[in-house]
Amino acid sequence: MANRAFQKIYTKLDSITKATISLRAEGVSNDELASVAGKLAQVVKMKGNSVTLQVFGGTEGIPTNAEVVFYGAPPTLKVSDQLAGRFFNAYGEPIDNGPEVEGEEREIGGPSVNPYKRQQPSHLIPTGIAGIDLNNTIVSGQKIPFFADPDQPYNQVMADVALRADVDKIILGGMGLSNDDYLLFKQEFEDAGALDKIICFINTTDQPPIERLLIPDMALTAAEYFAVDKHQKVLVLLTDMTLYADALSIVSNRMDQIPSKDSMPGSLYSDLAKIYEKAVQLPDDGSITIIAVTTLNEGDITHAIPDNTGYITEGQLFLRTDSDTGKVIVDPFRSLSRLKQNVIGKETREDHSQVMNTGVRLYADAANAKTKLENGFDLSDYDLRCLDYAKEYSSKLLSIDVNIKIDEMLDTAWGLFSKYFKPEELGIKQNLVDKYWKKQQ
Amino acid sequence: MKTTGKVTGVVSNLVTVEVNGPVAENEICFISLENTKLMSEVIKVSGKSVFVQVYESTRGLKCGDPVEFEGHMLEVTLGPGLLSSKYDGLQNNLATMDGVFLKRGQYTAPLDMNLKWDFKPLAKEGDKVMAADWLGEIKEGWLPHKIMVPFTYKGEYKIKSIVSPGSYKASEIIAVLTDEEGEDHNVNMIQKWPVKIPITCYKEKPRPFKILETGVRCMDTLNPITEGGTGFIPGPFGCGKTVLQHAIAQQADANVIIMAACGERANEVVEIFTEFPQLIDHRTGRKLMERTTIICNTSNMPVAAREASVYTAMTIGEYYRAMGLKVILLADSTSRWAQALREMSNRMEELPGADAFPVDLPAIISSFYARAGMVKLNNGETGSITFIGTVSPAGGNLKEPVTESTKKAARCFYGLSQSRADRKRYPSVDPIDSYSKYLEYPEVIKYLNTKIDPQWVEKVRKAKNIILRGKEANEQINILGDDGVPMEYHLRFWRSELIDFIILQQDAFDKIDASSPLERQEFMLTKVLEVCDIDFKFEKFDDCVTFFKKLINLFRQMNYSEFKSEEFNKYLDQINKMIDDGK
Repeated sequence: MANRAFQKIYTKLDSITKATISLRAEGVSNDELASVAGKLAQVVKMKGNSVTLQVFGGTEGIPTNAEVVFYGAPPTLKVSDQLAGRFFNAYGEPIDNGPEVEGEEREIGGPSVNPYKRQQPSHLIPTGIAGIDLNNTIVSGQKIPFFADPDQPYNQVMADVALRADVDKIILGGMGLSNDDYLLFKQEFEDAGALDKIICFINTTDQPPIERLLIPDMALTAAEYFAVDKHQKVLVLLTDMTLYADALSIVSNRMDQIPSKDSMPGSLYSDLAKIYEKAVQLPDDGSITIIAVTTLNEGDITHAIPDNTGYITEGQLFLRTDSDTGKVIVDPFRSLSRLKQNVIGKETREDHSQVMNTGVRLYADAANAKTKLENGFDLSDYDLRCLDYAKEYSSKLLSIDVNIKIDEMLDTAWGLFSKYFKPEELGIKQNLVDKYWKKQQ
Repeated sequence: MKTTGKVTGVVSNLVTVEVNGPVAENEICFISLENTKLMSEVIKVSGKSVFVQVYESTRGLKCGDPVEFEGHMLEVTLGPGLLSSKYDGLQNNLATMDGVFLKRGQYTAPLDMNLKWDFKPLAKEGDKVMAADWLGEIKEGWLPHKIMVPFTYKGEYKIKSIVSPGSYKASEIIAVLTDEEGEDHNVNMIQKWPVKIPITCYKEKPRPFKILETGVRCMDTLNPITEGGTGFIPGPFGCGKTVLQHAIAQQADANVIIMAACGERANEVVEIFTEFPQLIDHRTGRKLMERTTIICNTSNMPVAAREASVYTAMTIGEYYRAMGLKVILLADSTSRWAQALREMSNRMEELPGADAFPVDLPAIISSFYARAGMVKLNNGETGSITFIGTVSPAGGNLKEPVTESTKKAARCFYGLSQSRADRKRYPSVDPIDSYSKYLEYPEVIKYLNTKIDPQWVEKVRKAKNIILRGKEANEQINILGDDGVPMEYHLRFWRSELIDFIILQQDAFDKIDASSPLERQEFMLTKVLEVCDIDFKFEKFDDCVTFFKKLINLFRQMNYSEFKSEEFNKYLDQINKMIDDGK
C-alpha cells in the first residue's frame, strides 16, 4: 500500500518486542493498519496516546527510529471474479506473477451472519471415503477439522476431499505450510484441471509466523464474496489451525496478557469461533463449508487448541494408522460429524443410521476382544468373529484409500455383517434386516 | 443531566472512558462511532477512569470518541409476545433485523407494541395489590399470560380503575394504581427489569418435591429432576450434550421453555429455529415454538453479550414464573459465559484465580443457580423455574473451576462419559457418577412412590446397585478372564448390560424411543428388574452371553415399538417365553 499525501510520519518507537511495537501517536483507530519500517502492522491496543501494534512481518531489524505511517483503515481484500484461479500471500498480494486483482475493497474479519437468516445445512457432500461418508457424513455449510498427528497425510486427504466434492469454489488458506505441501496442493489442483475454481492464500514456513493471523480472514472474505454475492457453494480449506493458534499466543504473550491453559490466550475460544462460524448455509443456495486441519501432539486432544476447536466445530475427523492393516483410517471412535443426522436416512438410504451404528459397535467389540487377547485370555467364538470382521471393516471401509458411492458402502457393510454374524447379534430393526440381510451362499 | 465521557483506551472489547460525573457499576452507556452507537456496560470504576465492556466490535474506535451514560443497568422488556421470539443476548429481535449480516449498532425492539391482545381483568376497582399481583390475563398463543403489577412497585397500591374486557394494544393503559402517598400510576402490559437483579416478588420458596417429567429414561428413572430443581450436564465435546438438551426442551412437561444458546454453534440454533416450529408438543397438541423463547448469542457474536444472554434468559423465566407457570431454562453452555468473564478479567489485568478465571467465579455461578426454584406466589399459586446448564470442561477434565463451582450450586449432576460416547452408548450419561440429590428428599420419595409405584424408589436404588455390581464384575472378568470367574460374575455383568441397553440407552433419533412417558418407564424398569431377579442357570458363560444378547435384542425391539401395541406385546411374549425356558 502506497503512502498517501500529507500523512503524518512517526519516527520514535517507545518499545519493541518480538511481535509488537509501541509508540505515541494521535488520532489512531482500533484495528487500523500501519506500516512500520515498510512492514505491515495492525493496532491492537491503545492507552491514551500510546499505541501498540502487532507487526505481521516480525520485528527483526526494526530500529527505534523506524518510520511509522498509519493507513486509517483495517486490512482489506479486493474482491471480484478475478480472484478465481489465483495464488496470494497473507496480505492478498499475488504470488503467481499475475496482475493485481481489480474489485471492491472489503474489510476482512467482518461481521457475522444473523443466525435467524441462516438455513439449516441439509445437503451432503460426498467424498467417496467411507470413513467420512458412511460414519461421519459431511454436510454443506458445516465446519469440521481433521485431527491428525503431524506424520499423517492430512494435506493429501484434504486435497482429495476438496477435488471430489461438488462445489463451485475451493479456497485454500495455508498457514505455516511447508513449501513441499504448498507445491503438492498446487500440483494436485493443476492435475485435476481445477485451477479455475481454486483460490489460494498461502503463508509458508519460511515466512513470518504473525502473518498467518491474516490468512483465515483473507480466505473467508473471498469465500463470503462468492457465497453471499454470487450464491455459490464454497469449500474453504484451512491448514494448519494449530500454527494459527500458536501465532495468536505469540502476540498475546508479547502483550503481557495472562495466559490460560497450555499458554494459550484466554480468548482462544472466541478467536477460533470467529473463524469457524463463518461456515454457513445461506438462504439462496450459497454456502461456505470449512474443512480444517488441527495437528495434534501424539493424539492428545485435551490440549487447549484441539479442545477448544472440538467445542466450536461440528465434529472432527480423526486420522490414525491402523496397526492391523497398516493403513491410515478415519478412526470411527474419535471421529464425529454432528450434522450427519441432517442427511443420514434423508438424502441417503433408510438403513444408513443403523448400519453405521452397528458397524462401529462391532468394531468396538473387536477392540475389547483385542484387549482380552493381549491380556492372555481365551477368546470366545464371538470375539474371534469380531476380530476377523474388524480387519475387513478397516480395510474395506475405514481406510482413506476407499473411493466408492454411499450405497456401495452400505452394501459392503451388510455383506460383512452377514459374513460374520447372526441377525440377533446386531440389534438392528427387524424390517431392515428382512430387506437388506445378505444371505450367504 | 446525563454523565458523559471520552474514550481513553481500547484493548479488544475493553474500553476505558474518562467521565465527568457519577456512574454506577453495571450502568449502560453508548459510545459514538461515526453514525452508530455501541452499547456498553460499566464493569469497573477507578477514579474518573471507567472500564466498560463493549457489546460490539470496537474496530475503528478512537481515543477521544464521545460516550453517553444512560443512568440504568441492562434491562429487558417484559410483556406479551416474548414467547416464540428469537433474541440476541441483549434482547434485540433477530427476526426484524435488516440484511444477512449483523450490523454493528443495530438494536431492534423486543416486542411489537402495536399488537392487540384480548384482555380480561382478574382484579377489580378498590382491590389492594402489590408488585407481581395479577391485574388481568391475555392469551399468548394458548398460554394464559398474566398482566401484573410492575415488579418495581414497592408497598401496597389500590386499584383506582381497570379497563373492562376487550382488545387493547400492549402500550395502552389498562389500570391506574394509587400508592400509599395517594399518587396515581398508569400501568400497561409492558414492564422493564434489570437482568442482574433477581425478581423476588413472591411469598416463599419452598423445597421442590414434584418430579419434572422429561421423557429421558436415564434422568426420570434413575436421577429425576424436580420442578424448580437445578441440574447440570458436564461433558467433553462429542458426548451428546446438545442432543440431550434438545431432547429435554422438546419433551419436558413444562409450560414455557427458554433456551439460552450462550457462546455455542450457530447451526445448533438454526436447528431449533427450523425444527421447533414443526414439532408438536404431544401434551397440548400445539407447536413447540409457541411455548419457546430463544436467546442466542452464538460463539461468533460479541463476547460481552454472552454474559448478558444468560441473565436475560433467567429474567424472562422469572417473569413467567410469577404468572404461576412451569418454566424450564436451558443454558448451553455456562462455560462459555465463564470464559467471557475470564477474557474481560484478563484484559483488566486483574490477578487471576484458578486457570486464569476471575476469583469470584464460584460466587457468580452459585448466585445465578439460586435464581431458579419453585415459588409460592402471593395468591397461593405456585410457579417454577427448572434450570439445567451444560458445562464444557476443558479437555474433558472435570477438575476445572467451572465444573467444580457448578457442582456446589446444582442439585443434579448428569456427567457425560467419553468412554460411553466412544462406544455409542447414548445418552452417554454416566450411571454411576451421576446423581440427583432430590432422590434423598423425603418429600420427593413420597411423591414418586405415590405417583408412579409404591416401591418405585426402592426399584430405582436396586437398578443402580445392579449397575454398580455389574461394573465390578466386569472388572473382575477383565482381570481374571472369562473362565477365571464364577458364572455368577457373568450373570451380574449381563444384568447390568440389560439395564444399560434397555433403560439407560435411548435413541434420540427414533420417533418412538426418543420420548418415554413415565408410565412406560415404570413398565420397562419393572420388567427388566423381574429378569434381573431370576437366578438363571447356565452351563457355560457363552450360553449366558448368547441368552442375554438375544434378550436384549428383544427388549430393544420393544423400545422401538409403540407402547402396548400388538408389536410391543409380541416381543413381550417372546421375552416371557425366553425367561420361562431359561429358568
